[in-house]
Amino acid sequence: MSATGIGAAVRRKEDLRFITGRGQYTDDVIRPRETRAVFVRSPHAHAKIKGIDTSAAKTMPGVIAVLTGAELANDKIGNLICGWMIHSKDGTPMKMAPHPALAVGKVNHQGDAVAVVIAETQVQGRDAAEKIKIDYEPLPAVTDPGKAKSGPPIHELAPKNTIYEWSLGDAKAVDAAFASAKHVTKLDIVNNRLVPNAIEPRAALAEYDAGTDQLTLWNTTQNPHVSRLVIAAFVGMAPEHKLRVIAPDVGGGFGSKIFIYPEEVVCLWAARKVGRPVRWTADRSESFVTDAHGRDHVTHAELALDANGKILAMRVKTIANLGAYMSTFSSSVPTYLYATLLSGQYDIPQIYCEVDAVYTNTVPVDAYRGAGRPEATFVVERLVEVAARQMGIDPADLRKRNFVKSFPHQTPVIMAYDAGDYNASLRKALDLADVKGFNKRKREAARHNKLRGLGYSTYIEACGIAPSQAVGSLGCGVGLWESAEVRVNPTGSVEVLTGTHAHGQGHETTFAQLVSERLGIPFENVSIVHGDTDKVQFGMGTYGSRSGAVGMSAVVKALDKIEAKAKKVAAHMLEAAEGDIVFKDGKFTVAGTDKSAAWGDVALNAYIAHKFAGQELEPGLKETSFYDPTNFTFPAGCHICEVEIDRETGKTEIVNWTAVDDFGTVVNPMIVEGQVHGGIAQGIGQALLEGAIYDQDGQLVTGSLMDYCMPHAHDLPSFQVGLTETKAPSNPLGIKGCGEAGAIAAPAAVINAITDAIGSEDITMPATAQAVWAALKHAQPRQAA
Amino acid sequence: MASVSMTVNGKAVAGDVEARTLLVQFLRENLRLTGTHVGCDTSQCGACVVHIDGIAVKSCTTLALQCEGAKVTTIEGLAEPNGPLHPMQEAFREHHGLQCGFCTPGMIMAALDIVRRHGNELDERTIREQLDGNICRCTGYHNIVKAIAAGAKAMAKGGARQAAE
Repeated sequence: MSATGIGAAVRRKEDLRFITGRGQYTDDVIRPRETRAVFVRSPHAHAKIKGIDTSAAKTMPGVIAVLTGAELANDKIGNLICGWMIHSKDGTPMKMAPHPALAVGKVNHQGDAVAVVIAETQVQGRDAAEKIKIDYEPLPAVTDPGKAKSGPPIHELAPKNTIYEWSLGDAKAVDAAFASAKHVTKLDIVNNRLVPNAIEPRAALAEYDAGTDQLTLWNTTQNPHVSRLVIAAFVGMAPEHKLRVIAPDVGGGFGSKIFIYPEEVVCLWAARKVGRPVRWTADRSESFVTDAHGRDHVTHAELALDANGKILAMRVKTIANLGAYMSTFSSSVPTYLYATLLSGQYDIPQIYCEVDAVYTNTVPVDAYRGAGRPEATFVVERLVEVAARQMGIDPADLRKRNFVKSFPHQTPVIMAYDAGDYNASLRKALDLADVKGFNKRKREAARHNKLRGLGYSTYIEACGIAPSQAVGSLGCGVGLWESAEVRVNPTGSVEVLTGTHAHGQGHETTFAQLVSERLGIPFENVSIVHGDTDKVQFGMGTYGSRSGAVGMSAVVKALDKIEAKAKKVAAHMLEAAEGDIVFKDGKFTVAGTDKSAAWGDVALNAYIAHKFAGQELEPGLKETSFYDPTNFTFPAGCHICEVEIDRETGKTEIVNWTAVDDFGTVVNPMIVEGQVHGGIAQGIGQALLEGAIYDQDGQLVTGSLMDYCMPHAHDLPSFQVGLTETKAPSNPLGIKGCGEAGAIAAPAAVINAITDAIGSEDITMPATAQAVWAALKHAQPRQAA
Repeated sequence: MASVSMTVNGKAVAGDVEARTLLVQFLRENLRLTGTHVGCDTSQCGACVVHIDGIAVKSCTTLALQCEGAKVTTIEGLAEPNGPLHPMQEAFREHHGLQCGFCTPGMIMAALDIVRRHGNELDERTIREQLDGNICRCTGYHNIVKAIAAGAKAMAKGGARQAAE
C-alpha cells in the first residue's frame, strides 16, 4: 500500500478550503443584479385558500414581483413528482396526488408554500410578505399515520388517505410457520419521525440568460443531474440542454438534499419572469417545515421460533406516513428499502410484510440516512432481543444460532446476500466491548444507584444502489448506474469527472487515492470534478452509500480503458508490440527489456501524436464509462451499546459504544471511521433525543433547534470502532459502503440496552429521561417464558 | 441606514447598514467574508461564531451596529492567505474534525475560545461540555473533540498565536 493509495488514511484534499472559510456553498455564490425570494407559507396544516390579496405587498419598497400558484399554473409549470412506482396488493398503482410548487386552492401542511415575493433585498421581501393577505378556511387535520385512514380527506384521488397497500412475501407460508411455532414474540413499534437538519440550510440561486435562453441553478443538491432531469422532463421548466444545475460545496445532506423541492422550481421560474437572478436560502424554521422528514412508521411485528430458538418466520404490518405529498423517492423507502431487509443477518425461512402508506397533513417524508433500513433493523433487532429475553437465551447466542452462514444466501424478501461473516463481527465486538466484564460493571453501577444495560444490534443493509434492471423491475423510474470520465492532460495530471456528489464524504480524496494508486502518479496530480451538469455528462448522485461501490467502480472501468489506450501509445513510442507493454508503478516497459516510457511522456505523446498515425490511433487520452452494478452490496456488523441509567432522573448515559463493521474494502480508514461516528450519532439521536412532534392541529411543535433536540457533543461518548472484512464480490474493488451503517445499527442497540437496564420493553423512541423515568415507575419485573 | 465602522481581521472597514442588520449579514453580504455561516435562526448551531474583541460571539445574534469600533476576527483572519495555518485549523484537518465543512468555521472559532477560557490542556469532558453552543450533524463530534484537544496542545507548544490576539 502506498502512502496515498487504497487503504491509506490520507488527510483530505477538501479540508483546506473549509478550515480557512473558503468553501463555496450555494449561499456563498453571488451573481450580478441578484434578487431575493421570500416565501409565504401556510400557518395551517390543512385549509382551503379562499383568496389571496397581493396588492399591498406589490407596492412595498424593493418589491419586484409577487407570484402565486395561479400564475405558476398559468405558465404551465408542472407538478413535482415521485419517481418510484409502487403497486398495491390489488394491482392498482399508487395514488400520487398533484404537488404544485405553489399551492393552488388548498394547503396540505404547515409550511406549504402559497406565494413568493421577489425583492431587492431579503428584508424588503420579508416586509412585503407580511402584507400579503391570504383568506384561509381551516379544515380538520390529521398527522398521526395510525389515524390517517379515518382522518379528513387530503387529496381527492386518494380515498382514505391511502397511497398504497403493499405486501411482500408469502402470507400463507408465514401463517403455517407461526402455527407450528413453540414461541412467538410480539412487539408494537413506533419508529419516530425525524428532521434531517443538515447544518447548511437548503438554498437555490437561479439565473436566466435571455441571450442564450439558458437557465442555471446553483442548488444544495445531492444529485444535480436527477434534479435537472426532473425539472426539465416533468416540471417542464426548460429543455434539459437549456438547464444547467450546479451543486457547489454542499453542507451535509443525509438524504434530505436528494429530492427536488418547490423552492428551486419557483426560483428558476421567477428568474426567467423577472429577468434577474433569484436567490433563496432557507432559514432554519423554514427548513423544519419544508425539508423532507424521515422515518415515521407505526408497526406491529411478530417473530416465530422453535424450542431451540431457531427463527421460523416473521410477520410485519407497518403504516408509513408519507406526509402531505409524495416526495421524490418517498414510495420506495417503506417498501423496497425496508421490507427487503427484514431478514437481517438471519436465516429466516418465511417473512411476510404489509405496508400501508398514507397521506397526512405533515411535511413530506422521504429518505433520511439509512432510509427504510434503520426502520427494518429496528424491527428485526428488537424482535430478536426480546425473543431471547423471553426464552431465557443469551441474546448474542440466539443471534449466532440464526446467522446466515453460507453464501450466496437468498432471503424470502428479494435480497441475495453475496458475502459476509456475521460471527466474525459479533465475536470481535464482544471482545472489544468486554462483554465478559459486563456483570461486574453492572454490580458496580448498582452500588451507585445506577442501572446498567447492554444492547446488541447485528444489522445488515443493502447498499451499492443499485442494479438498474433490478430496481427497474421494482418500479424505480431511473437506472442507478454511475458514470465516470477520466481525462489525462498532456502533462500527465488527471481529472476525474464523477456523477456522484460529495457533501461531506470526501470523494475528492478517496477517488484520488484510487487514481493515484492505479496510475502510479502523485495524489496531488489528481483532481476530482463533480456537481455540475455542464462538466459531468450524467450521474445519479450520492445516497444509499453508493459512491464507493458504484461510483468508484465506474472510475475503475474508465481507468481500464485509459490503460489500454496508453499502452497503444507507449507501443508506438517504444517501437514494440502492444501486447509486450507492461504498465506498472506509473511506467510503461517493454517486457523483458529495459526500454520504458514514463507516464507523463506517454500522456504527452498521446496528445502531440507525433509517433503514430492519427488515422490509426485517435490522439488524446480521455475515456468514459458507465458502470451498472450486478448486485446490491451488503455491509453488516455488530454494534454494542452499554448504558448507565440514573434511577432518580431516568437520564441515560452511553458509557461504552463498540462498532465492528464489515464494509468490504476500505479506501480511507480515517474517512470511513468518520462516517461510522456520524451515523452512530444520528442513530443515538433518534433513540434518545430526536422526535418531530405535531400537535392535534398539525402544528410542528418541535419546529426549531430550541425544541427539536439535536445531539450535542456532551450527549455522546467517544466510539470504539473496529472492522472486519469480506470483499463485496459484485464490484471490482470489493467495496460495500459505509455511510449509513451507524444510523441503521444504533437505535436498536440503544433501546436494547435501555430495556435491558430497566427490565421492561415498554419504551418508545426517543427514550428521553422523562420517558425512561416513567417506564421505571411502571416497570414490571421481566419474566422468562 | 446608519454607518458603522470596525476592524475586521486587522483591516478597518465601514459600511452603511439598516439598524436591524446582523453582524453576520454585514460580514457575509457587505464584506463578502462568507466563511462565517448561518445554520439556524435561534442561536443554537454556532456556525456563525466569530470573535469580537477576542471573545467568541454568535454573529447571527449580534447587530452590526453593536460592533462599532470593535475588533472582529473571522475564520478568514486566523491565517495569512498563503501563510501557515493556525494550529487549531491544522488540528481539525489532521484529526478529520470536519466532513461537510459547514459548521467548521464556527467550531474552530468556538474551540479557540475554549482554549482562552480553559487553557491548553483540555480533557474530553470539558471540551464536550464547552461545545454546547455548536452543532455538527456529520462527525458525531468524536474527531472534533480529538482535534480541539490536539489543537489546544499545539497552540501551547510552538509559542503559537493565541486565539484572542
